[in-house]
Amino acid sequence: MNQNESINNIKHNKQKWMKDCLDKVKEKYPERKEKFMTSSGVEIKNIYTPDNIADLDYLNDIGFPGQYPFTRGVQPTMYRGRFWTMRQYAGFGTAEESNARYKYLLSQGQTGLSVAFDLPTQIGYDSDHPMAEGEIGKVGVAVDSLLDMEVLFDGIPLDKVSTSMTINAPAAVLLAMYIVLAERQGISLDKLEGTIQNDILKEYIARGTYIFPIEPSLRITTDIFEYCSKYIPKWNTISISGYHIREAGATAVQEVAFTLANGIEYVNAALKAGLNIDDFAPRLSFFFSAHNDLLEEVAKFRAARRMWARIMKERFNAKDPKSMMLRFHTQTGGSTLTAQQPDNNIIRVALQALAAVLGGTQSLHTNSRDEALALPSEDSVKIALRTQQIIAYESGVCDTPDPLAGSYYVEYLTNQIEEKALQYIKKIDELGGAACAIKSGFIQKEIQDSAYRYQKEIEKGERIIVGLNKFKTEEKYHGNLLKVDHKVEKMQREKLKKLKSERDNEKVNRRLSELKEAACSKENIMPQIIDAVRAYATLGEICDVLRSTFGEYKENIIF
Amino acid sequence: MKRPIRVLVAKPGLDGHDRGAKVIARAFKDAGMEVIYTGLRQTPEQIVEAAIQEDVDVIALSILSGAHNTLFPRIMNLLHDMEAEDIMVIAGGIIPDEDIPFLKSVGIKEIFTPGTPTSKAVEYIMGNVKVQ
Repeated sequence: MNQNESINNIKHNKQKWMKDCLDKVKEKYPERKEKFMTSSGVEIKNIYTPDNIADLDYLNDIGFPGQYPFTRGVQPTMYRGRFWTMRQYAGFGTAEESNARYKYLLSQGQTGLSVAFDLPTQIGYDSDHPMAEGEIGKVGVAVDSLLDMEVLFDGIPLDKVSTSMTINAPAAVLLAMYIVLAERQGISLDKLEGTIQNDILKEYIARGTYIFPIEPSLRITTDIFEYCSKYIPKWNTISISGYHIREAGATAVQEVAFTLANGIEYVNAALKAGLNIDDFAPRLSFFFSAHNDLLEEVAKFRAARRMWARIMKERFNAKDPKSMMLRFHTQTGGSTLTAQQPDNNIIRVALQALAAVLGGTQSLHTNSRDEALALPSEDSVKIALRTQQIIAYESGVCDTPDPLAGSYYVEYLTNQIEEKALQYIKKIDELGGAACAIKSGFIQKEIQDSAYRYQKEIEKGERIIVGLNKFKTEEKYHGNLLKVDHKVEKMQREKLKKLKSERDNEKVNRRLSELKEAACSKENIMPQIIDAVRAYATLGEICDVLRSTFGEYKENIIF
Repeated sequence: MKRPIRVLVAKPGLDGHDRGAKVIARAFKDAGMEVIYTGLRQTPEQIVEAAIQEDVDVIALSILSGAHNTLFPRIMNLLHDMEAEDIMVIAGGIIPDEDIPFLKSVGIKEIFTPGTPTSKAVEYIMGNVKVQ
């Protein structure tokens, strides 16, 4: 029997099964719902059989782990070689407190650091800026100058850990601080491993910590690409982030579509700046979210990998297979956690982390159970880290790459996500690319519609959230919540005042005017930022120079 | 005929997570209210000024950054200084239970914590704001 005959035979028998068996049972015992849907609106059939994926060409569409189109993973051995990097996002209060949390996490078996900065730092304000009042040290650590970075990494050898820094608009400044810090520790830059988020486009879409307008922001991004490809070859120069897009309310399909569309925009910007695709593309990395719909999430990661490989090869003519590999960090879905019955979040996080591992992630952050209430406490972070360790060491899912490949349902969903996401990318291309689609508000509007629909589904009881709209109780959470002390604000301001009175201010001013010159020209601004940081110019001072050159972004308000 | 209730949805401080603010703004609109959304990074001064200029009945604040204990009292003080205390102020976001008594003591009428259906906030406004 050839393949067509075999597929027809399956189809025939499936119809027969539906008529003779399924329909009769459904008449007597109706299914729970009229229609079953994934979170992205893909209708889920009653059963999946080989005819649902009859068009799938194994060698072209799936292939082998470590080979184009990388559907099954980016390494040939995947977790048989080594596990993903366990990287909990952390930072709060002062550099001293965050340093202590990092040392604790490393002592508990965490394998990479991930720095959370407070909002003033993320928006390029020093702690003494009026807008910073009440925000210092709250959602991350406050970093005003190299002085704070020195404390943050005190006793942590930068050649022994890989560090991820969630920083975007002022990414160049924080990277510069990290570089100077490495110099001081006597570590050559080619030994540095880590990631700088440096993804400004999603800030305009979803996260809101932008400073400059889109064009100069893209220039800073490509300056970082160029500098790193020359001097810090092992550093991931960007983490193109779907996470925040998803958390703002996007579906799994929208997450993939808008993230890859942003990726295309960065590649275009870098090519326009004269960079060679295979020089910078291998250091592009991605960041996705993992939500509760386990199998759709697995399919999402597989589809994203295959799509990026094809985009890089077919659209951009990349030659180096490393340029085609989509490597990604995953964070479990903060927005899926509930303040009601917070312990339930431990189970949600475990399922989401499992999806990330089954989907082949390179690095993972598991959220803590109390995050709908406050920043995570040390106890909760430990459970979150143990969740990753239990999946790694006990679940058995790490012993063969991409274990769900070949599942009729998972392969079908992978195809569906690719198809639907490609439609979005086509639409964004028609609008002139991601930057234009952001300016027009198209992407924001699509996400907000999904967010509103999701909320309505919960309120109507069409979407069940355990403990929130079903199986409710009136219990209070008895765990300890982390509180950031008010004193942090005062201490941080005093430290800054002292710095400004003790450093060589003439030198600082000289460095800042050199930076201004570089910013006005077309040259790469990284060397001037590094020099300014070395002279202890503050983050706010450096960003003010760039603000005065580039201007500030004004939000296109859509709701 | 009664005029619709006017609501200002505002995000004080630096936090950029506006999913909740935008969802609640749409829920208010769907319930027939007139809604003005200020956008991100608003200072207490900007919020109070916009509320007075737009002649709103309600200010709905949304915050997730933990800066509420600093920013909310400042907004209430400014409303007092401008003799605009007739504007009702409600708030939502990640606000720990233990902070709620203090925020109510400065004049915030109601605080909606994570997981509250939008219909609760709509009902609260409908039940507590009288328009001519």
